Amino acid sequence: MTNGWVDIKNTDMMLIMGGNPAENHPCGFKWAIEAKRNRNAKMIVVDPRFTRTASVADLFCQIRAGADIAFLGGVIRYAIENNRIAKDYLLNYTNAAFIVKDGFKLPEADGVFSGFDAKSQTYEKSSWNYAGGDASGKPVPEAHATVAHPSNGAPPPAPALPEKVAYDFSLQNPNCVFQLLKKHYSRYTPEMVERITGIPKDQFEKAADLFTSVRKNGDMKKAATIIYAVGWTHHTFGTQIIRTAAMLQLLLGNVGRAGGGVNALRGHSNIQGATDMAGIFDNLPGYLKVPTPADISFEAWAKRVTPKPAKPGKWDSFNYWGNTPKFAVSFLKAMYGDAATKQNDWAFEYLPKVDRNYSWVYLWDNMYNGILKGLFAFGMNGVAIGPDSRKNIEALKKADWLVVGEIYPDETSEFWKSPGITTDEMKRIQTTVYRLPCAGFAEKDGTFTNSARWLQWKNAALPMPGDCRLDQAIVAQIFLKVRELYKKDPGKFPDPVLKLTWNYTDPSNPSLAEVLKEINGKTFVDAEDPATKVQLKAGQQVPGFAWLKDDGTTACGNWIYCGSYTEAGNLTARRDAGDPSGLGIHQNWAWSWPANRRVLYNRASCDGDGKPWDPTRRQVWWNESTQKWVGNDVPDFKVDSKPKDHMGPFIMNPEGVGRIFAPLGAFADGPFPEFYEPIESPIDNPLHPQQTHNPVVKRFKTPDDKYGTPKDGYTVVCTTYRLTEHYHYWTKNNPMNVQLVPEPFVEIPVEMAEEMGLRGGEKLKVSSVRGSYIAKAMVTKRIKQMMIDGKKTYQIGIPIHWGYRGIAEDEGKTALTPANLLSPTVVDPNAYTPEFKGFLVKVERA
Amino acid sequence: MNPTRRDFFKITTVGGAAAAVFGFDLKPAFAQLRTLKIARASETRSTCPYCSVSCGVIIYTIGDRAKNVTPQVVHVEGDPDHPINRGTLCPKGASLEQDILNERRLLKPQVRRPGGTDWEDISWDDALNEIAAKVKKTRDDTFIERDAAGHTVNRCESIAWTGGCTDTNEFNYLVVKSMRALGVVHLENQARV
Amino acid sequence: MSQATLRVQKISGHAGSVPGEDTQREYTVCKLIDTTTCIGCKACEVACMEWNDLPFGETVFDNTYQTMPETRWNYWNLILFNEHVREEDGSLMWLMRKNQCMHCAEPGCLAACPADGAIIQYTNGIVDFQQANCIGCGYCITGCPFDIPKMNPKTHRVFKCTLCTDRVSEGLEPACIKSCPTGCLHFGTKDDMLDLAGKRAKQLREHSHFPNAGVYDPPGVGGTGVIYVLHDATKPEIYGGLPKDPHVPWTVKLWKGPLKWLGNVAMVGGLIGLFVHYLRYGPKAREEEDINPGGKP
Repeated sequence: MTNGWVDIKNTDMMLIMGGNPAENHPCGFKWAIEAKRNRNAKMIVVDPRFTRTASVADLFCQIRAGADIAFLGGVIRYAIENNRIAKDYLLNYTNAAFIVKDGFKLPEADGVFSGFDAKSQTYEKSSWNYAGGDASGKPVPEAHATVAHPSNGAPPPAPALPEKVAYDFSLQNPNCVFQLLKKHYSRYTPEMVERITGIPKDQFEKAADLFTSVRKNGDMKKAATIIYAVGWTHHTFGTQIIRTAAMLQLLLGNVGRAGGGVNALRGHSNIQGATDMAGIFDNLPGYLKVPTPADISFEAWAKRVTPKPAKPGKWDSFNYWGNTPKFAVSFLKAMYGDAATKQNDWAFEYLPKVDRNYSWVYLWDNMYNGILKGLFAFGMNGVAIGPDSRKNIEALKKADWLVVGEIYPDETSEFWKSPGITTDEMKRIQTTVYRLPCAGFAEKDGTFTNSARWLQWKNAALPMPGDCRLDQAIVAQIFLKVRELYKKDPGKFPDPVLKLTWNYTDPSNPSLAEVLKEINGKTFVDAEDPATKVQLKAGQQVPGFAWLKDDGTTACGNWIYCGSYTEAGNLTARRDAGDPSGLGIHQNWAWSWPANRRVLYNRASCDGDGKPWDPTRRQVWWNESTQKWVGNDVPDFKVDSKPKDHMGPFIMNPEGVGRIFAPLGAFADGPFPEFYEPIESPIDNPLHPQQTHNPVVKRFKTPDDKYGTPKDGYTVVCTTYRLTEHYHYWTKNNPMNVQLVPEPFVEIPVEMAEEMGLRGGEKLKVSSVRGSYIAKAMVTKRIKQMMIDGKKTYQIGIPIHWGYRGIAEDEGKTALTPANLLSPTVVDPNAYTPEFKGFLVKVERA
Repeated sequence: MNPTRRDFFKITTVGGAAAAVFGFDLKPAFAQLRTLKIARASETRSTCPYCSVSCGVIIYTIGDRAKNVTPQVVHVEGDPDHPINRGTLCPKGASLEQDILNERRLLKPQVRRPGGTDWEDISWDDALNEIAAKVKKTRDDTFIERDAAGHTVNRCESIAWTGGCTDTNEFNYLVVKSMRALGVVHLENQARV
Repeated sequence: MSQATLRVQKISGHAGSVPGEDTQREYTVCKLIDTTTCIGCKACEVACMEWNDLPFGETVFDNTYQTMPETRWNYWNLILFNEHVREEDGSLMWLMRKNQCMHCAEPGCLAACPADGAIIQYTNGIVDFQQANCIGCGYCITGCPFDIPKMNPKTHRVFKCTLCTDRVSEGLEPACIKSCPTGCLHFGTKDDMLDLAGKRAKQLREHSHFPNAGVYDPPGVGGTGVIYVLHDATKPEIYGGLPKDPHVPWTVKLWKGPLKWLGNVAMVGGLIGLFVHYLRYGPKAREEEDINPGGKP
């Protein structure tokens, strides 16, 4: 979330789409209700189903699953056509005025942007760039534009942003971002939106009018928020849906403001933290980009991943990622301590280099293909999670070993006796499976990071039952045993294993408070902040990431968490609920990254002079007398940058401004989001039938990877989701939640049931080309038959919560079919998140 | 019959009068209340493990943390001080007591041997020793020091770590440290899906 | 045991004066349920089960998100789900209403109950069942215009929501109130809740296209200790059959009014009630509902 849970109460307008917070985040949803109750805020819900969120909305639109970009693109068009835009914000805080270089082409005609190579299914992105500009902002021929030059010995450089960007503040230049945006979405007419999404034109216009009404007559006081969740990420164009939302919010001037923003509601208690901590292959902690084999030295890596400012000449850009080398060296010092020196390139060679995709679906594919032989699954039920559970089961059969750390018996640890496997077949499965009993949440301390980026310390309440062990003890003990083995027998490249810092008081059961201190970081030498004269002694915790150095005198496990555990103690355990501003900032409750800021980009809550757009919701402002940015929140900005210097509020972008046009390699599939059909879709793309799908999405090729089409009889759009009564594949072990919803079911439209002669409660069988799912039907008016591009189309919905181990499963009350037997193995090319939300099935009586 | 509130009072007054005339009082009326079950229980502040709202919860356990008591959960309730949930909980958070005290919990290490048709018990020591040996062997058998272009890659593609949604930041950090040190590149988390 | 804040003002089947009657000032407590912000999440159902340590029961999925058809002796708090098409514009509404004991000011259950002290009403308005004094006659079930109290077929005792007397007596809010994520449940004095409900209804009429929004506090039972805000107060029955104008059945009124002496006579033997119950339910009642075969402690 750019903002926070409590901040939602400050909004005037909510667009909830790709998320169902009333069911999946009920306690956070209270702040949406508060906004309705206390500010008469309006709530628009767009969803394939009339959900429990929709039940309290002011306006509901039933959309075809996966048609979101068409809807949002239509709203962008509506806002521009009706002048419902934030002119000053757009001009000064976004790249709307930037001029894009000649040679860039929109996908109007053929459905692809310039630079597409059909053979490799990738883009050559050099045309996705700004034109370099002269002192007055006029484009200059490319050869003369200032481009950063590579140092000798490094691989050929990726194209870079021009240091001085050409611009046209009148927004009239046909190649300026605003005009390109206007042109790009001019095709997304209400009629086109209706054809793609199934939302009747008048209803769409009602929604577009209501949402953009916050900028009626140029008024900047009101704020609108967009709230989403995995309903957007679970598509082969998920990242681009979210980008469309971000662009719309920039267009309306809603980012950085109380009650505004683009707000991702993460689905689990600490996946925000897991992302921050880079429990994923493509990042190092704090969103440092992982090194590739071409990064032949620390310097080469640092150079590649450290951006240079790129902006109109007369503007300023903080370009905070310019500090990347400080964070990277401090991370390597935390990893390898004394073994990381300037002489050995900070132990850079110890880091594995990544130039392939090792993400979730690829992981299972690699296991299926025999590359991956051993899997640790700690609290991660890969068979149930899918996609394509069958393929994952087949993959596990080919693995050498599997180590599961869990608190309940799950589908993954028992893949070898999943339904359909005979005793004979079981005897042929050679995988060794260890199942280790772990600690439950109440038995562990440590921090979770919530969706609003708050790190909150929790306390252990009671001892573990039976012979369970703490997760951190299990990992520590495995690692220490492996290290012992490497001490005895060096094997392959033992150095990183032998030299990893592991100097916890109890190495075999590290105290999580000690670990958090290490993550925060410390200085190895006495240090002084030149501005404030604050001094630190060698060995002390650093108070924030501004103290981190690239000379090896500081260590920090994760720079964005720097400031969480300082000499003042564990700030994540703070419990002062005070909120003097009344804006729900609560700055002394726990600790929020970065630097305890609660709303990101909050400089944008002020006009060019540093005065809040809305004086009743003052977050930060420029204090003329002290010549500093001050406020109720921590300013997300260079604190002494004068408004007249025109530093952009989006300090993490080299441009300093929000990206309506995302240049170069930012995205794999285009600098503007374009609507593409899901890989399995009932129609050809009405925008460009010859390019129906996202052109860079690749399909997997094992015999278990199959993709269905309407021609083969798969005509019904199927989407999957969670219910408020259950939590993923966890509460099926909890008798209370099982009582609330005892059995799996499938939600189908009344019209479809009538056609099938099916009554609610009768069993049906849903089949995709990959597998079948059997459950009771719930016949409901809450999913209506739709007209998609003139074709009568049905959507159905499946809650995901069941599998083959659980209370209901063990009592024989289900068909033991995990919902993800149905879902396809395709991923979003940017985030590598699988498609769970829109695929094709057929439905019959069971 | 549709009496107003006033009429009803009249009727009950009449009833009272009738009782005064005909009434008996066989035993004293009394009301028996349950006592507050958490009155002296220990309180521990924690965070709900389910969604990302991060509701504050109070876990109530028996005993006052005296040495001779093994704490067991008696109740879980929302933390009213928490700025986000302000004491509220959803149907999953409200049932956390049954997540903590649940007869389906795994309680001992188990192993399923190649070709096995059932779980076998195994000691922690044996399990961890066997796992460590498998990690080393798998890593040593497949470790890639250089790629085809001759660049140093120092990676182990044959071992994967997949982490769950309820792993703490500190645990994740230990995983990142130890797995990256081993060269593991198949590093994934619920965060992706 | 603390009963500091709970004093008795009415006792079922009780002749003579009520101890402590009219001796102290007391405000009436009230639960406000704003159906327009209820998201049907069932947190209140779970909180009720959890706090009151009620045994789990078996449920079957039956074409609705609603857990079970009606409240049970061990399930006091149930959200009723109804898909409703608005006549005005054909738009769909998904109505959710938390159903439980309404804690009537003039409780039909208490009026109908012949057992001395089995049902009492505290001066703060809470109507509470005292199972120790219950004779299992089931009259309270007949007397309730909301069909709330339910009998445990094994123990022949009747149960319903206590408004968490154990919590309220200690100065806490009921468990359901505390859990409610959206704040559609609210707890306070009856005056405050009526005020809050009235304001919310006004807001709905003026800002949310619900011209008939209003407050449900039916006078036929003297007003209730649980009041609703409804999108359409003219049609309470669309919310899972909320009675438009509930009354204590006239038979019960007769029984507890002019004919109360008959009941007192009956109490002497304590037999008629049991006999009537046997005639009404018979021994078969025991098989009607089995408690918790698959439940866990």
